[in-house]
Amino acid sequence: MASVALTNLDPASRAAARGWSDLTIRNLFIIPTLVFLIVFNIFPLIYSLGYSFTNFAANRSEPWQFVGLQNYRELLSDDHIWSNFVITAKYVIVSVAGQMIVGFGLALLLNRSFPMKGLITTLLLLPMMMSAAVVGLFWQLLYSPSWGPINYVFGLGDFAWLSNPDSALYAVAITDIWMWSPFVMLLSLAGLSAVPQHLYEAAAIDRAGWWYTFTRITLPLVSPILLIALIFRTMEAFKTFDIAYTMTTQPTAELIAIRLYKQAFQQWDTGKSCALAYIVLIMVLAITNLYVKYLNKVKER
Amino acid sequence: MAAVRTSSEVAFNRIAIAAVLIATLIFLAPIYWIASTAFKPKELAVSVPPTVLFQPEVTPFIRLFTKRVQMQKPVDPQVYEAAPWWEKRIYDGGERVLKVGKDVQLSQYPDRFMNSLIVAVISTVLAVGMGTFTAYGFSRFKIAGEADLLFFILSTRMLPPVVVAIPMFLMYRMVGLNDSHIGLIILYVAFNLSFSVWLMKGFMDEIPKEYEEAALVDGYTRMQAFFKIVLPEAATGIAATAVFCFITAWNEYAFALIMTNRRAQTAPPFIPSQIGSGLPDWTTIAAGTFLFLLPVAIFTFLLRNHLLRGVTFGAIRK
Repeated sequence: MASVALTNLDPASRAAARGWSDLTIRNLFIIPTLVFLIVFNIFPLIYSLGYSFTNFAANRSEPWQFVGLQNYRELLSDDHIWSNFVITAKYVIVSVAGQMIVGFGLALLLNRSFPMKGLITTLLLLPMMMSAAVVGLFWQLLYSPSWGPINYVFGLGDFAWLSNPDSALYAVAITDIWMWSPFVMLLSLAGLSAVPQHLYEAAAIDRAGWWYTFTRITLPLVSPILLIALIFRTMEAFKTFDIAYTMTTQPTAELIAIRLYKQAFQQWDTGKSCALAYIVLIMVLAITNLYVKYLNKVKER
Repeated sequence: MAAVRTSSEVAFNRIAIAAVLIATLIFLAPIYWIASTAFKPKELAVSVPPTVLFQPEVTPFIRLFTKRVQMQKPVDPQVYEAAPWWEKRIYDGGERVLKVGKDVQLSQYPDRFMNSLIVAVISTVLAVGMGTFTAYGFSRFKIAGEADLLFFILSTRMLPPVVVAIPMFLMYRMVGLNDSHIGLIILYVAFNLSFSVWLMKGFMDEIPKEYEEAALVDGYTRMQAFFKIVLPEAATGIAATAVFCFITAWNEYAFALIMTNRRAQTAPPFIPSQIGSGLPDWTTIAAGTFLFLLPVAIFTFLLRNHLLRGVTFGAIRK
């Protein structure tokens, strides 16, 4: 039965009979959390699923009407929404690729012993711990065409990173790369330090070249952890809201989360935005599923 | 390593370390720029070429904390002489501090900062408290569909904030929780709870079961064993989880932007709203940003050995 043998403890022993039963304690410890998450995460989602089939507008008092799948049909045939998805895809590819290259590169450089390595590693990790909205805001000053240090250092004159429609999205991606490369670096370092030293020694004895050692030993052994970093960052980049929202107002940098925010809280098109939220939600859950699968795989090793 | 290192290996090593140092400087440059702008005289914040070295001053912080107006005519010398040093700095900039009677009018910043502190601390205590119990439950007891339940818990963390915010906004409006501390705290607990369960489960799994079993044999009840044996063993893990939850709640922007506007507004949506129109005063914004980022920077150093575990939800340890 479920009520006995919950642990390795012999259920017939006196110890197991004292106080509350393990079953009571288990339920007491777990059920409040599950109830809390259901009430404050799942119930709201069911609530908004209902609204996604209506023309409800939260800023008007007129009664709403059931419109069936019309919101979804309109969204999926709306060029504007598709362009938001394309912008998001571009953003995800550029910023995640940048983070993987810079982060893994940094980890390769750091993967040796030198004085103050711990301090330098921690300093490199600072950007990812900070508030994206607040730091993003400050990058406006760094990118400023009139007095920004970036244009001064690189001699770019008055190039307007954030108000130029062609560059705004990439400027945000650069800031995102600055913020989140340390995350990839941190995971890569863990992967690199787990590669058994004797493999490198064997390769050295065989006079294997640097490139051969890298592609045949390092990369295969680190790739599971790199994959986790890749999936996690892809998911987070897909959801990006704050950093892009505080940095620029360019329509060419309007990510899907920003579009959703505007539709829900500026245009007050509540019913339709609930439908869009569901489309986004399904995509995020698909990536989450993938993430957890690989996370468990690495965990088992 | 047993093998003799060739001179080219030594040279490569040196180049790599030099590259690391340069990369560190590049990564820290934006943070240095925030910190230095917070101590610059107003005109140096937007100077061309950008100013790197200067005589630091605290005037931006005085401006950050006070309500001020532009002065129409120069200040009366007697009033200026009688003013405390910090007020003179404001007069020097052509402004005067607003007062009611003798009381200096504070800006909104300290208020927003306190809101951030209240919301982050309370939500952290609740999320870590509940998470610790739940993690113990998952770590020690057999649970039907354990993997699915854990996936469900984690998936709530992955929900995009704006997606959750739409129905929550409507529900909060019905029960009057919009722009309230409690409303924001509930959202942050819901957001951090899954993280806290996953991270704490990792820490709980590392505490040998034998400790409690020995205690049970010695006559403890399971609850006594939990409170007297497991919790003290898990103290480091609880502290690390708490710091992570605090940082997440402290930094959170989207929920705060949507759910609060005045009374319960936290610092992240407030700081960008200071920009306003016209030429922004970057030194004051930098001062506010600097104070806001400082606790996170300190916590990052305290957490340095747990960062990897934290960002992978406890899945990967050193």
